[in-house]
Amino acid sequence: MTRPDVVLEMRGITKRFPGVLANDHINLDLRKGEVHALLGENGAGKSTLMNILYGLYQPDAGEIWLDGRRVTIHSPRDAIALGIGMVHQHFMLVPTLTVTENIILGLETRRGLLLDEATPQQRIRQISRDFGLEIDPEAYVKDLPVGVQQRVEIVKALYRNARVLVLDEPTAVLTPLEVESLFSTLRALVKRGVSVIFISHKLKEVKAIADRITVLRQGRVVGSTTPAEAGEAQLASMMVGRPVILKVDKSPAQPGPVVLSVRDVKAMSDRRAMALQGVSFDVRAGEIVGIAGVEGNGQTELVEVITGLRQPLAGQVLLCGQPLPAWSPRAAIDRGMSHIPEDRYKYGIVAAYSLAINLVLSVFHRPPFSRNGLLQRRAILSNAERLVEEFDIRAPHAEVPIGKLSGGNQQKAVVAREFSRPMKLLVAAQPTRGVDVGSIEFIHKRIVQARDAGAAVLLVSAELDEIMALSDRILVMFGGRIVGERDGRTARREDIGLLMMGKV
Amino acid sequence: MSSVTAQGQSRSAAPFSWQRVWSGVWPAVASVVLALVIAGAVITITGADPVAAYRALVEGALLREGTATRPTAFLETLVSATPYLVLALGISLGFAAGLFNIGAEGQLYMGALASVVVGFALSGLPWIVHLPLALVAGVLAGALWAGIAGWLKAARGAPEVVVTIMLNYIAYAVVNYMVNGPIRHTGTAPRTPDIQASAVLPTLLPAPERIHWGFVLAIACAVGYYFLLYRSALGLRIRLVGANREAARYAGINVNSTYLITMVISGGLCGMAGAIEVLALYRYLPTEFTTGYGFESIAVALLGQGHPVGVALAALLFGALANGAGYMQFSSGVSNYIIAVMQAFIIVFVAAPGIVRDLFRWARPKRAEVEVE
Repeated sequence: MTRPDVVLEMRGITKRFPGVLANDHINLDLRKGEVHALLGENGAGKSTLMNILYGLYQPDAGEIWLDGRRVTIHSPRDAIALGIGMVHQHFMLVPTLTVTENIILGLETRRGLLLDEATPQQRIRQISRDFGLEIDPEAYVKDLPVGVQQRVEIVKALYRNARVLVLDEPTAVLTPLEVESLFSTLRALVKRGVSVIFISHKLKEVKAIADRITVLRQGRVVGSTTPAEAGEAQLASMMVGRPVILKVDKSPAQPGPVVLSVRDVKAMSDRRAMALQGVSFDVRAGEIVGIAGVEGNGQTELVEVITGLRQPLAGQVLLCGQPLPAWSPRAAIDRGMSHIPEDRYKYGIVAAYSLAINLVLSVFHRPPFSRNGLLQRRAILSNAERLVEEFDIRAPHAEVPIGKLSGGNQQKAVVAREFSRPMKLLVAAQPTRGVDVGSIEFIHKRIVQARDAGAAVLLVSAELDEIMALSDRILVMFGGRIVGERDGRTARREDIGLLMMGKV
Repeated sequence: MSSVTAQGQSRSAAPFSWQRVWSGVWPAVASVVLALVIAGAVITITGADPVAAYRALVEGALLREGTATRPTAFLETLVSATPYLVLALGISLGFAAGLFNIGAEGQLYMGALASVVVGFALSGLPWIVHLPLALVAGVLAGALWAGIAGWLKAARGAPEVVVTIMLNYIAYAVVNYMVNGPIRHTGTAPRTPDIQASAVLPTLLPAPERIHWGFVLAIACAVGYYFLLYRSALGLRIRLVGANREAARYAGINVNSTYLITMVISGGLCGMAGAIEVLALYRYLPTEFTTGYGFESIAVALLGQGHPVGVALAALLFGALANGAGYMQFSSGVSNYIIAVMQAFIIVFVAAPGIVRDLFRWARPKRAEVEVE
């Protein structure tokens, strides 16, 4: 028996994977026309639960009820037929096809032998108007910004008559502005009777958009609440299981001599567009300089030029007054630069290799890790032991493939590796992306410690909150230029937000 | 989420597990078993008796004893396995760095050519100088030949697959030209002169046995391969580039120079295989002296799964098949082309492990490690 306004109910869902109970008797109900947030850290069981709902996994126990009827969902096809739509974190779109083609994929209507694109296009336009989801059905997906691609995914679900829409970490790839526009879309959707399950580990967003919140931890529901009842700190401690300090504790900076000096750097992006149009700034020892900006305004290229991964067209990067040779990550590393790369999985770790090897990735060819060209396993392992303890990396042993660790532990390993070398400059790009709250707290603390120990820190982050919390000085990038500088203590969020949009 | 420090002395090293070894080995074993079964079915369809054929195959490859004129079967299998082993080690090394060296055949040809030239052109040297010189010439020629592909890859991003294939054809042409022209022996058949006795890689046992020192060299290569790839800093560098090129670059590893070095060593091994073949067995260079060793060794490398022990066992298998085929045809009437069928199916199953996995669900080891949250 379910109440009439409950669209979907999951009862006692249990799913066991070898050695881990991913979902342990989870109950969840979704009302018509609400945004229900599923909050939890990486590995709390959110994705498993939603994959069960979408028919990708079969539960070991438990029932799913839709509109008061018990249903079994064997495949995504069943889920779609029942009106359940899912927008994955990584979009399931074909970049070389148009929006219309992507949306009708699998549901093509034909006119004789030919594909009929006109009729679906009309319906797409209709959906687009009804829900205020602005898209051009004829555009190619590869030409669309990420936020618009996500909109295509949502329209795709609505085109299949979804009444329940699941969004898996939808804001992870979006800029602050795109997040705003996603939220207004979601509000329009619920107004028209669609019910939304919003999976996230970001407290601010959950508070902003959810009608109700269910918190998961280690496969169990630890509580249900509403944004009105629970504050951020309370939600965070529910998620992590202990009190969490959300504010970064730091004393005023004591800037020393200039460590990093970037002089009029110009560089192209991979797509051969001018990504940096002459960027100059200094970072001093003992200060954290944060670079704010909407992603894609040259931050990636700037970091790559500084770390020797990208050849600049013009300009110079000086470390402690000495010019760094372009195009040599080795020289940068040898001269005291540490780098937390923005895409951990792609650049930061070698997933198939052990935690211990990943902890010596840039120094394994030197003593004590190699002698006479031969690797010294004992030294590599004892180094791992030390760092595992110091950086609180949770792993069964040091030779576990690092890809099997959680995102937070992987990132702590990257931080541990980069911090284990003598460090004059730390370049931290998106240092807490895809990382759980507990690890964010830890990584922030270590970054501030590095500053206090006299390192210069350049922080690049798409999370404005992170920039605001950590930076002593804030530089704002827009269109390949630094368009503004603010003092970290007095900067206002709205002011920075305007600069990020290029409105000076 | 076990505490790391609470586990006592083995806290940082991975516990050794046979399960893990088996999980690496079983797809290869299953592939071979499946290929044998299918080839058996093919033999049955052709109207012959597969049991008799396989019995003859085993006898011809392993069991037949030698006579005054015929070498021992098992030792002949080792002779056949030698080039497979050395070539497959070279190819595997490329795989480790994410490089596909299809040019083993060409590198083998160039190695053989250089060794033979040094072998017959220099005279009056003691063997202790001449033989190593001839071997080194082969290694260098192979290394140089593969180095061209490595250099083009490193400097210009040219795909090594295409370049090494093309270099194969050039190598054939060069050998053909040389053997038919500048270094042709004055006889009816196009071939080079015999190498000097001082350049011959000697046999280990008196005639008619043909087992030679090249086999010992091949084993030494396998041991060296293990230390290079798994124990040395250079080996780790090669493997990291193969596993995640971008992360390696971010960690300060020079990816391009790693490609070049890997190709050079890989080609050096393939060149050595050519040198061993001509210095130990032929003792001159005919126009077409191998029948696709360089290509079959790609299968050996795949079957060996990159580990020197695996590669050695795979080479032994391929050597046994090659060696036993003749006797099988002679005594059971089954065409020795069935060996090619068998090899082809081994390649199919090794290359498409999904098929094997589905067929052998029961053998799949339980997932030992669990995602740690």
